[in-house]
Amino acid sequence: MRILIVEDDPEAASYMVKAFRESGHVADHAPDGIEGYALAREGQYDVLVVDRMLPKLDGLSLIRSLREQAVDTPVVILSALGQVDDRVKGLRAGGDDYLPKPYSFSELLARVEVLSRRRSAVPGEQTAYRVGDLELDRLSHRVARAGKEIVLQPREYRLLEYLMKHAGQVVTRTMLLENVWDYHFDPQTNVIDVHVSRLRAKIDKGQSRALIHTVRGAGYVIRDGAR
Amino acid sequence: MTALAKLFRSTAFKLALAYLLLSVGFAGAMLVYVAWNATRLIDEQIRSTLEAEANGLVEQYNDGGIRSLVITLDARARRPGASLFLLTTFSGERLAGNVGAVEAGTLTTAGTRDIEYVRSDDTAEGTLHRAKVSVIMLPGGFRLLVGRDLEERERLGEVIRRAIWLTLAVVTFLACVGGWFITRRVLKRVDAMTATTRTIMAGDLSGRLPSAGTGDELDRLAGNLNVMLDRIGELMAGLKEVSDNIAHDLKTPLTRLRNRAEEALRTARSGEDYSKALEATIADSDDLIRVFDALLMIARLEAGGAKENLADYDAGEVARGVAELYEPLAEEAGVELAVSADASLPVHGSRELLSQALSNLVDNAIKYGAPGKSAHVQPADAQAPAPAVLVTAKRQGPLVEIAVADRGPGISEADRTRAVERFVRLESARTRPGFGLGLSLASAVARLHGGALRLEDNAPGLRAVLALPGK
Repeated sequence: MRILIVEDDPEAASYMVKAFRESGHVADHAPDGIEGYALAREGQYDVLVVDRMLPKLDGLSLIRSLREQAVDTPVVILSALGQVDDRVKGLRAGGDDYLPKPYSFSELLARVEVLSRRRSAVPGEQTAYRVGDLELDRLSHRVARAGKEIVLQPREYRLLEYLMKHAGQVVTRTMLLENVWDYHFDPQTNVIDVHVSRLRAKIDKGQSRALIHTVRGAGYVIRDGAR
Repeated sequence: MTALAKLFRSTAFKLALAYLLLSVGFAGAMLVYVAWNATRLIDEQIRSTLEAEANGLVEQYNDGGIRSLVITLDARARRPGASLFLLTTFSGERLAGNVGAVEAGTLTTAGTRDIEYVRSDDTAEGTLHRAKVSVIMLPGGFRLLVGRDLEERERLGEVIRRAIWLTLAVVTFLACVGGWFITRRVLKRVDAMTATTRTIMAGDLSGRLPSAGTGDELDRLAGNLNVMLDRIGELMAGLKEVSDNIAHDLKTPLTRLRNRAEEALRTARSGEDYSKALEATIADSDDLIRVFDALLMIARLEAGGAKENLADYDAGEVARGVAELYEPLAEEAGVELAVSADASLPVHGSRELLSQALSNLVDNAIKYGAPGKSAHVQPADAQAPAPAVLVTAKRQGPLVEIAVADRGPGISEADRTRAVERFVRLESARTRPGFGLGLSLASAVARLHGGALRLEDNAPGLRAVLALPGK
């Protein structure tokens, strides 16, 4: 996956470039808005990571200009401004995700990977997900493991649906909170863990193979362990 | 500026001067009017006296002839305080009277006028006196002059003139002295105020403006300024407390973070030790970021920010949503979390922020709301209620009230009002960093919605109520 990082702080940029490369991606760096715009317009990137405050051309204007030029590369906005209003502004300008600084790299990586996958996914939503012997039917809202139906609460269902939609990808607690609960704040306690462990109890308990895995320091992933 | 120059420039001096000119002018005009009226009255009186006297004498002449007139005139002229009389022949020869000589030509025309004359009995020869005279041509060529000396009137005029000058002098003097004293008094108080404000400006906020206790304008001004200073003092003290609390909230996790890093450096042996220490360090910095975010958010809300993107939403849904989010956590902590929310509770504001505020309250209630952690509950109390948190949302008159009630130790009555103030830390069991921030944030969010956060006694426990105006 090719990632363009538009960030004026050289230290933060080099850290990101290095970390993305270590994760097996190709990462380029642009130190200001103009150069970022020029590189991004070529459209060779899968995801753009854009700092909101940039010299020469600020992040939001950069994204707006790209969208006007019909460049639809997914964008993650990085910003020191973390308030609700700022996030709304960022998304309105054409950003696809908004990550307030300071962030953890695993959070950024998870979001970038989800965005790039979304782009390459075949158009049209799937009506059923399958991970190993776990099946989720999005039309009837039925979940079954090894053909045996599992009864889930509505929220548990949505949590599983999100995990399965991004099967094989790490999703962070914040991503779950944002996408399953639509909350964009940080709850003081890790409430998400308890929800996941409840879901896990219903999905994996008594099974020889666990599907929902905890990724240390990052979040959760659902995948068939055999693969 | 010299004291005198300052005095001249003062408002009080200008006012005193204006009053001085006004009063002097008015007194002067009054006196002139009185004097003019008095002389006019005296003139009138003299004129009528002369007329009456002349008529009497003409009658006398008509009845008794010239001889009778001469006798009468001689008799009248000798009375004390007599009028002036002169009777002459056609050629001007003097027949009777007490007037020595008159201006030439006086006797040739009849009528009333003012003349100068010489008294016949005057010791000082040739002294001229002023008189008002009436000249009558009698049949037979005689001329009769009846007059009245004007010395009296002139003396009166003199008295009045002197009175005018005296009055003006006294009024001017009094006005000057009065103005001086009033100005001095007012200036002194204003100077005292200026001096006090200067020390206050220099940084000593404890100074207060002096008050004379008379309740006048200056006192009221001083009173208002003092109230303003009190308010500023309170705000400054609040700010100081805020910065102290912020320092505490930030320094505690920073110290922990630093200690942990130091300890790892000192004692860690294996790579696993290091990664454990680093993970703990990251967790600490996440805590720090959380506190920092909360502080920024509160500061922004308190500054009147976040007014954009406000919308109508259902508060009951928020209550149910947050309760649902925390329900597994509560269960894990052995706390019974129940929610009861009415249908359709529309409010105007930020769903996101209210959710955050409410989640803070619920989080606090689960963490601190268990009675077992309370120092007040006796261990022997077998009837201690089960730990429970109740989230309710209902309409209360025009308000929508979202309440989080626990059965923990609660907050003492005295601390409850203080607790909702900005960044207040209570010196009680709940002094973990962040607890005060949760209440402050909830309070700020309530204010954003035009409502308020209220803390009540849940007997036992704490009931935090977000009272928001309903739509």
